[in-house]
Amino acid sequence: MKKSKVIKVDYLARVEGEGALYIRYDEAGVDDVQLKIFEPPRFFEAFLRGRDYLEAPDITARICGICPVAYQMSAVHAMENALDITPANEIRELRRLLYCGEWIESHVLHIYMLHAPDFLGYESAVAMAKDYPQIVQRGLHIKKIGNAIVNLIGGREIHPINVRVGGFYRMPTVSELQPLREELLKGRDMAIESARWVASLPFPEFKRDAPFAYEFVALSHPDEYPMNEGRIISSTGLDINAQQYEEYFAEEHVKHSNALHSVIKGREKGKDAYLVGPMARYNLNYDRLSPLTKSIAKEIGFPPFCDNPFQSIIVRSLEVLYAFDEALRIIDSYQRPHTPYIKTQAKAATGYAVTEAPRGLLYHHYSIDAQGKITEAKIVAPTSQNQKTIENDLRYLVPHYMHLEEEKLRALCEQAIRNYDPCISCATHFLKIHREKNE
Amino acid sequence: MKTMPKLAVWKFTSCDGCQLSLLDCEDELLLLAGQIDIAYFMEASSRQVDGPYDLSIVEGSITTADEAERIQKIRQQSHTLITIGACASSGGIQALRNFADVTEFTSLVYAHPEYIATLKTSSAISDHIRVDFVLQGCPINKAQLLEVISAYLNQRKPQIPAHSVCMECKLKGNICVMVAHGTPCMGPVTHAGCGAICPSYNRGCYGCYGPKENPNTASLSHWWQTELGSDNATLLENFRNMNAAAPAFATQSLTFIEKNHEEK
Repeated sequence: MKKSKVIKVDYLARVEGEGALYIRYDEAGVDDVQLKIFEPPRFFEAFLRGRDYLEAPDITARICGICPVAYQMSAVHAMENALDITPANEIRELRRLLYCGEWIESHVLHIYMLHAPDFLGYESAVAMAKDYPQIVQRGLHIKKIGNAIVNLIGGREIHPINVRVGGFYRMPTVSELQPLREELLKGRDMAIESARWVASLPFPEFKRDAPFAYEFVALSHPDEYPMNEGRIISSTGLDINAQQYEEYFAEEHVKHSNALHSVIKGREKGKDAYLVGPMARYNLNYDRLSPLTKSIAKEIGFPPFCDNPFQSIIVRSLEVLYAFDEALRIIDSYQRPHTPYIKTQAKAATGYAVTEAPRGLLYHHYSIDAQGKITEAKIVAPTSQNQKTIENDLRYLVPHYMHLEEEKLRALCEQAIRNYDPCISCATHFLKIHREKNE
Repeated sequence: MKTMPKLAVWKFTSCDGCQLSLLDCEDELLLLAGQIDIAYFMEASSRQVDGPYDLSIVEGSITTADEAERIQKIRQQSHTLITIGACASSGGIQALRNFADVTEFTSLVYAHPEYIATLKTSSAISDHIRVDFVLQGCPINKAQLLEVISAYLNQRKPQIPAHSVCMECKLKGNICVMVAHGTPCMGPVTHAGCGAICPSYNRGCYGCYGPKENPNTASLSHWWQTELGSDNATLLENFRNMNAAAPAFATQSLTFIEKNHEEK
């Protein structure tokens, strides 16, 4: 008789939020994988109803303390879509600059403080700092510069206050951006060092061949690496706009999780998972990275396509470099507009937006009434979309590493989860607003 | 060698932003780690040292029966316990459920409401246990967090002013957005700590630091309505957001609901 074994982690460390892991396997393979999310729900979509449309960026920011800018960006773009307004180019650029700041602080938090300790066998970045003080200090320094962008443009690092529907409350002056520019130049040099260091880490081998290859889904824009705008495309040919999102993607409520699982509709069961985030963005938009980023990728021998999620840390480090480059480009061409925002007038309407949060696609959909009060809200976070792919990775990973002693195998499984930088606090807050048919 | 005091960071229902503030102390984090043993901090480390702890920092509100039980155990293991953020100090934005029917909320958002275990209310940590210090804010100010930690390490009282945002705004030399621009501002009733950022960015305060000590919410509401022409809905939205269940704001917010009924 086959004896089945269990890998269990009751409370995953170094991820944002509260999750647990359960894997049951035997010599023949993996029986059951559950990434359990026990973080309690907060019902954002329910209490958004009745609130003013202008409050959406401030309220939805509170879904996540790590990526509040992403929520603010998706919220304002969805509202502007509903009201048929397009803010001036200067506003568009400044929003991109703000997003660069969040990509840097969020990615660097993950690279140095949450993920690198896995590769080098430490329990935390603080413990790692005893042996690698300069490396950890460099990480903290890069993160600080990312936060400085969010701080200046947004007013504060966590839950910024300057973002509004139609633009910003206040636009920075050209001279206010200059000291930041000096910091960004230093940060860019450190980001290059950082990418070289990350590429030198030891990477476990892992490959999912057809028919289990990943389906990568990301925004794509003809002229730029995607942040706030673009069409939703996939590695198998999907090409839709934000408004069509719900036609192509669905969420399922599974028993072991307080977060909904996303799937691509109309696919065979078991093949309906997809992957969002840095790896998907990179694979689908490599040619739109800055020349410097591409040259560093080349120097460290990293190809334009990556399908080993353990190497997503390299992609993150390249995106950090890109964000510095892009932030500098924006600052160098910045001109302060005459008005910080377009005045908006409420009307009964529905709007949609998808932006690229550090962890991947973030979908918002709102309906508002003639007084501007929200009548319906739907939000889908990147971690809900990746949850199924994370579970599938574990299903394919365990059989290849069964020879490891249990402690090591468990650590490898945890590392595999962290490949996705899961934000569990985000994932639990996204729940449907419509009553389902099975009631 | 003197043993270092043990620090634990605990999470309840929240967005993780306040505990992230500790990791956002980029210049001080490694220094702090040399003064204090970070014995339990799941977001930052897989090391889990058992209690008792000299200092526990608690983020988040109580929204499940499980959490109500867990916070008792944490109190028993902690010499000093401080709460950080609006969720822990007043129930946070998820306390909006306290004013609605949570059964309806659950079935509106989940396909299978029977899978979900949640309480009818989101409540402050101090509703459940004795708390040694409450640091308000959504999110908290990281400099204030460091001040509170170092105060407890040195067994002195934290220097956290309880006055209003207006004091900080005046110290910053801002022009009053309410008087000069007619922008509704929650500054007069809101706890200081943020550095008056909203008025500094040309917008009114929306009260994310919660009520200051003895706020005159009725007077401010009267001013908004008579001088600035704000409607009941706007007032309700400002008193009912990140600190909706803080007693001073909750009580004031009920008056707008009553007025709405009268007007109808």
